[in-house]
Amino acid sequence: MLSIILFFPVIVGAALALWRGLPARAAGLVWLAATLIDLALLIVLTFTADAGANGLKAEERVNWMPQLGSSYHLGVDGLSLPLLLLADVIFVVCAIWSLRESDRPRPQAALFLFLQTTCLGLFAAQDLILFFVFFDLSIVGMYFVIAGWGHGNPRRSALMFFIYTFLGSLALLLGFIGLYLGADPHTFDMVELSQRGAFTGSPVAAGFVLAAIVLGLAVKTPTFPFHSWLAPAHTDAPTIGSVVLASLLLKMGTYGFVRIAMPMLPDAWRSWAWVIVILGIVAVIFGALVALVQTNIKRMIAFTSINHMGYVILAVGAAGVVGRNTAEAQQLAIAGAVTQMVSHGLITGALFLLAGVFYDRTGSYDLGQYGGLAGPAPRFAGFFAVAAFASLGLPGFSGFIAEFQIFTGSIGTVPWALIALPGILITAVLFLRAFQRVFTGETKGLSVGFADLHLRETMALTVLMALVVLIGVVPGPLLAMIEPAAELLVGNLQP
Amino acid sequence: MSLNMGYAALLPEIALLAAAVLVLLGGSFLPRNRQVLTRWFSVAALVVSAAAGMAGVAGVPESIFSGTYALDTSTAVVRIVAPLATLVVVLIGRHEFIGSVRESETYALLLLATLGTVVIGGTIDLLVLVAGYLLASIPLYALIGLSRSGPAAEATLKTYLIGALFGVLLMAGVTLLTGLASTSSYEDMSEALSTAPVVAVAGGAVAVLIGLTFKAGAVPGHFWIPDASQASGIAVAAFVTTVPKIGALIALGRLIEIMPDSVDVPLLVAILAVVSMTVGNLAALAQKNVRRLLGWSTVSQVGYLLMPLAVITTSDGASAALLVYIGLYALTNLAIFAVVACFPHREELDDWAGVARAHPWLTGTLIVSALSLVGTPPTAVFIGKVAVFTVAWDGGMPWLVVAAAVNSVLSLVYYLRLFRPAFRPPAPVTAPADDDAPEASRGVKATAVILGAAVLSAGAAVAGIWLATLA
Repeated sequence: MLSIILFFPVIVGAALALWRGLPARAAGLVWLAATLIDLALLIVLTFTADAGANGLKAEERVNWMPQLGSSYHLGVDGLSLPLLLLADVIFVVCAIWSLRESDRPRPQAALFLFLQTTCLGLFAAQDLILFFVFFDLSIVGMYFVIAGWGHGNPRRSALMFFIYTFLGSLALLLGFIGLYLGADPHTFDMVELSQRGAFTGSPVAAGFVLAAIVLGLAVKTPTFPFHSWLAPAHTDAPTIGSVVLASLLLKMGTYGFVRIAMPMLPDAWRSWAWVIVILGIVAVIFGALVALVQTNIKRMIAFTSINHMGYVILAVGAAGVVGRNTAEAQQLAIAGAVTQMVSHGLITGALFLLAGVFYDRTGSYDLGQYGGLAGPAPRFAGFFAVAAFASLGLPGFSGFIAEFQIFTGSIGTVPWALIALPGILITAVLFLRAFQRVFTGETKGLSVGFADLHLRETMALTVLMALVVLIGVVPGPLLAMIEPAAELLVGNLQP
Repeated sequence: MSLNMGYAALLPEIALLAAAVLVLLGGSFLPRNRQVLTRWFSVAALVVSAAAGMAGVAGVPESIFSGTYALDTSTAVVRIVAPLATLVVVLIGRHEFIGSVRESETYALLLLATLGTVVIGGTIDLLVLVAGYLLASIPLYALIGLSRSGPAAEATLKTYLIGALFGVLLMAGVTLLTGLASTSSYEDMSEALSTAPVVAVAGGAVAVLIGLTFKAGAVPGHFWIPDASQASGIAVAAFVTTVPKIGALIALGRLIEIMPDSVDVPLLVAILAVVSMTVGNLAALAQKNVRRLLGWSTVSQVGYLLMPLAVITTSDGASAALLVYIGLYALTNLAIFAVVACFPHREELDDWAGVARAHPWLTGTLIVSALSLVGTPPTAVFIGKVAVFTVAWDGGMPWLVVAAAVNSVLSLVYYLRLFRPAFRPPAPVTAPADDDAPEASRGVKATAVILGAAVLSAGAAVAGIWLATLA
């Protein structure tokens, strides 16, 4: 079942890629249908699958390279299931958004279906080699999205994106090989590795392996100082490319922290947790401050992503700091981190879609060229306001739930995580300022004659914002899904 | 030591030799327009040779002919991969070979060079190694010169001079080692060498290893590769950058295994590996000519192939990793040359503009092969890279793995450049619209696409090969 969900998109994608005679409109509809079917299947799986012996739902395992200790091993749990659901929702939204795409819609749909498989596969993989395969394929897919459908200087941005993240992926591969060699007997199986841990007796080797893994994940996340590929990639990517990049590809990095780095190297993680905490705090403050000075709306959102991912890193770092009676705070931090991944995926996805509207209408992302946009485009203004408030973590939205948990959990274990708190304030300032500048006051500049949201745009945004509000108001089901896995993870971390 | 004259066991080699002789003789009697018969005969012989090689896989490892020739997994791999690679070369060489002035001679040369490669890979005796080296080298000089252009003549001369020089070096090393050990057989040599004077052993070992770098296309014996790749015919270029490596690397592996601990051969090989990949990558960065770029790319790939050799004595899986990488590399390199062979007139990178729209399948193959050379999953070379990285780390050389990883990133830049022009809109005036039509036949294109599909699926399929070599 899980394999079907994984590979259904890419099979439809391959069919689309080969079917040259298909009319453009039909390609969009086929794409939308495929993503909806996949989401439906995943929802069915969520409610029907039972947990197996390893605590994994819908587990599948086939020997692949037994001599190498690598198998085709899939399974989902509370850490990955929310992200799988997020991935399918995001791709449905992308499909809705592109229903009227005019620039080579058929290959684009095929490429996004391919990307969907890589995202789903990564979150469902329970084998390091499999994880790596999907990790790298997502880079390849995104490279073609940026190079093929981007604007500005897409080739350069795509190359930069590829080189940076490929470097990260190689560091990750080195780390994986290290994990493989450090486990006795050698294995790439993620479940076995998390149960036994690797390098339990040799802290120096474990430190180096952890460094390689953290480097690889930090590039993908991205966090300061490995973020320089992010802004150009986002700015030059097509709208839905940015959405997938921000909502899903960045999550691969943070997901790797909770799935691989923490459980597989628990000793090293505890020893170096303070470094991760500092990385997180720096990313929070740095991302917020740099976002504050941007005038290009896409760059601004891109840098707020660094800020928001910084919270996740702060949380996973803080969860590694073990003290007396901190288990509950640690769990809270982990649950917050996973919630933040989902929440950020939804909110930033919406923000990038909104940024795309600017470009579709006028070809400019420059905030300074707009003013009083609420007049000609009230629906657009409304959605932007809601997304901005959600992003700055106002109660009632999913971001609040996540950030509340992260801060409570982190400060409970590492009191000086307080330093990161102003990050929220700065993002509040920047979103309010941007909103004021663009939407309020007298209609001027490019705002004159700005067309309001179309039906499909409204639909796509409604899906995302409805989920943001739903999680914000009724977080129970999501948290119930995450918490058992968080508890297990924290249990692994205890010395 | 038993004499064990297993002639039947040499069927793969005998098939190649007999075919070469028959093709040469037959070619001199056949009229010009019937020469194509020798092509089909060569194809059949290569298939027979590879099939005979496969049939020998199941046997117990042993040595035959007074311990001069090994029948083991490595020999099996070179016996299968080399003829199949040559087969692909003959198939993609349709436009180059058919109807050319020296058609049957070309096939004979290809068969002989393949035989030389198989012999180099299979032998465990220094004197046979020398014979194999000459047998594999001399046809190359002629093959590179076949296209008879000015640059080809230069490339031939360069290859010949370098080949002769490194050949002499190899022979000097062979002489020295044979003298020190008073035997030329690997089986008996190991023990004798461990008591011999260290300096002399080191000199001999270095000379032999460096001599073989010419065949492997590794630094320092690599200078001829880019020229030969650019100036010779495309199919010949595919041959010289793929087939000789297969035998040379396996021969290197066998030699390194018998070198005594008193000489730090693994370190030398590791350094050669890093230098090869770095030099190849840096030089490839600046290339604008497609085939020259691919020539440098093979120099860098040999660097990765040398990694398992550096740890062949310390890591159990090193030999298997080497064999897996060799097979997957050969497949990928041939796939990319097959695509190039479909567009013989697109010499420079910029000439590839517009290919994506007109030839989506071939562009797909190009992308898949280029990404495979980078080592992106799930393509073929990715598995090879994981394997060699793992064994190199396992064998106590993590620094080598880091150097290789950094180099992989470096290589990314030019491998991406390889297929990027294809997506550009074609230049409007320079070429008439039907320029592509006469360029390549369906057969060559189909070969390319099939190879591309194989590169893509090899990642998963390699499980079988892996099992066969390790089990």
